[in-house]
Amino acid sequence: MALLQIAEPGMSAAPHERRLAIGIDLGTTHSLAATVKNSVAVCLADEEGRVLVPSVVHYRGDGGIEVGHAAVAAQPVDPRNTIVSVKRFMGRGLADVAHVETMPYVFEETPGMLRLRTVQGGKTPVEISAEILRALRARAEANLGGALAGAVITVPAYFDDAQRQATKDAARLAGLHVLRLLNEPTAAAVAYGLDNAAEGLYAVYDLGGGTFDLSILKLTRGVFEVLATNGNAALGGDDFDHRLYCWILDRARIAPPSATDTRRLQMKARAIKEQLTVSDEAPCQLRLDSGENVDLTVSREAFFEMTRPLVQKTLAPVRRALRDAGLAPQDIKGVVMVGGATRMPHVQRAVAGFFGQEPLTNLDPDRVVALGAAMQANALVGNRKAGDNDWLLLDVIPLSLGLETMGGLSEKIIPRNSTLPVARAQEFTTFKDGQTAMAFHVVQGERELVADCRSLARFELRGIPPMTAGAARIRVTFQVDADGLLSVAAREARTGVEASILVRPSYGLTDDEIAGMLRAGIERAGDDLAARALREQQVEAERALEATARALDADGGLLDAEEHARIAAAMEALRILIASGETARIAAGIAALARASEDFAARRMDRSIRAALAGHKIEEL
Amino acid sequence: MSVTLTERAARHVAGFIGKRGKGIGIRLGVKTSGCSGMAYKLEFVDETLADDIVFDSHGVKVVVDQKSLVYLDGTELDYVREGLNEGFRFDNPNAKNQCGCGESFNV
Repeated sequence: MALLQIAEPGMSAAPHERRLAIGIDLGTTHSLAATVKNSVAVCLADEEGRVLVPSVVHYRGDGGIEVGHAAVAAQPVDPRNTIVSVKRFMGRGLADVAHVETMPYVFEETPGMLRLRTVQGGKTPVEISAEILRALRARAEANLGGALAGAVITVPAYFDDAQRQATKDAARLAGLHVLRLLNEPTAAAVAYGLDNAAEGLYAVYDLGGGTFDLSILKLTRGVFEVLATNGNAALGGDDFDHRLYCWILDRARIAPPSATDTRRLQMKARAIKEQLTVSDEAPCQLRLDSGENVDLTVSREAFFEMTRPLVQKTLAPVRRALRDAGLAPQDIKGVVMVGGATRMPHVQRAVAGFFGQEPLTNLDPDRVVALGAAMQANALVGNRKAGDNDWLLLDVIPLSLGLETMGGLSEKIIPRNSTLPVARAQEFTTFKDGQTAMAFHVVQGERELVADCRSLARFELRGIPPMTAGAARIRVTFQVDADGLLSVAAREARTGVEASILVRPSYGLTDDEIAGMLRAGIERAGDDLAARALREQQVEAERALEATARALDADGGLLDAEEHARIAAAMEALRILIASGETARIAAGIAALARASEDFAARRMDRSIRAALAGHKIEEL
Repeated sequence: MSVTLTERAARHVAGFIGKRGKGIGIRLGVKTSGCSGMAYKLEFVDETLADDIVFDSHGVKVVVDQKSLVYLDGTELDYVREGLNEGFRFDNPNAKNQCGCGESFNV
């Protein structure tokens, strides 16, 4: 049975109301998952209480697959089948990856994305990432005691479409429903609650194990926009370890160490770095396999001094990002620190000095991205209650949204890939004289004909004042809010009568269906255009027939029998042509009817002008 | 009439209240909803209300409103760990059956 947690007074969730959702930081060196429990975001640990999962996958010769700590252990023994930092390969071809020759892997070039040959066959980065995600999913389900409704996965702000799609595909392979991909800096800002803060510009300083990223975010009405990103893909906490390691070698005056000793010294260097975050000095005592003894004390000052150039190096991308965004350091309202290496006091000091303000450091910099993703995931599955701050999320709509127009054609109002939230308006008019109501059919899809699109909703606008066809001005506004909720409103300009409807456009569509619809849209584009042209001619023909019939009713007396018969014959011919389905012939029929009724139209015009002028003096006009 | 906590549950409740920084006890209750008719309520208590009945169990104040007490009499609240998941479990002698997930029940 489900286990209950204590809720805040009056906040007990109704049963089954809560849906389990997690946020995943799929990192280059580490990955982790977090969730919101009792309105607090927490990271999910394994049986041993470890939160971080090393992003390492080991394909064993016996068909087994190890992920995380177990895979790290296998790395020295079986480097070729132990994949580290797979994130660098996501959505990439072989040509895109730098330093391929220094990597212990056997690459296979395949169209699109590279593959790594392992003892278990060729593996794409998507498949390898999926193993990491699968491990996180298993951990989350064991932790939360149920199936997940979905996950928010973070990606670097600079990830392109291919890399984002690869990340989504990996999640799907791992059996995760991706609620949304979220930019890492945005997730960090969300974790700090900056989305509820005042509007402004924020910087996210992310110094990870092996990479450095700086993003400038602009917050407007709760939506984060990435203004600029910059970074250094070969600068991270590991470089600080390496400096210290070299310093130790130098000071201890030892011979170049063996592979095992190197590894032990490197680990020692890392431990000292971490210790110097909290204390002023750290001892370095180690007895090497070579028989040599290392006995040193590393002071904080010495460590800061030797790594100062590295800290300075991070400021160059910061300056570049600011310049790209056309900003000065004092324009930045807050600085968020992400990545374990930002724990180092001198890094924090340098950032504080540069921006002239203390950076935000009270959340664990290793976890802050996952925590923000979890908060986002929680909001996206609808666990937040009414009255909570509304969340605006930046996303794009996957398929165009439009309206059905006469003849079953789809008129696209919001094109696909528009970022959310978005609002577009277009004016429509009446088709018939005296038309007082209008039916709206909201559709989604890339196809030209409504029949090939997905129907979302129908509603009517009533109370339009009777006017001649085409005179009414009905403004239809499509608005998609940040949650993907579409509202369509129609308003008649003169009287102000209004009608509106709410729909959730992406609801119930799987990614496959969306992909299928997109593909069909592209493949059938030619057919669709022809079909559209035909429908347009048919609608035009009907409009002409309608207008002529009305004119005959009103002013039939202006015609003699022969003229009457000629127009009637042209109308009849056009009626038959409409059903023929031949665009060009319908167009010709419309032209023929126009010619046949030309005289009649001129006579009607004269008469109505005479009627209008009757009883008026020339001067009055 | 009584509602009790196991010693382990009491320890955890006290711990959670301590972490939260305020609260005088824990409220157990039922509300009508869920797939089997009623659902348990488990909340921190900042103030007691007029129709509340307060029990003491292992030093922790257990607050139940009179209406809920009818359905909860004899209930023992336990704190259990199941794999990686842990939390409170109602052991309610009045519950005739409960839905598969245990989040709701009927009497």
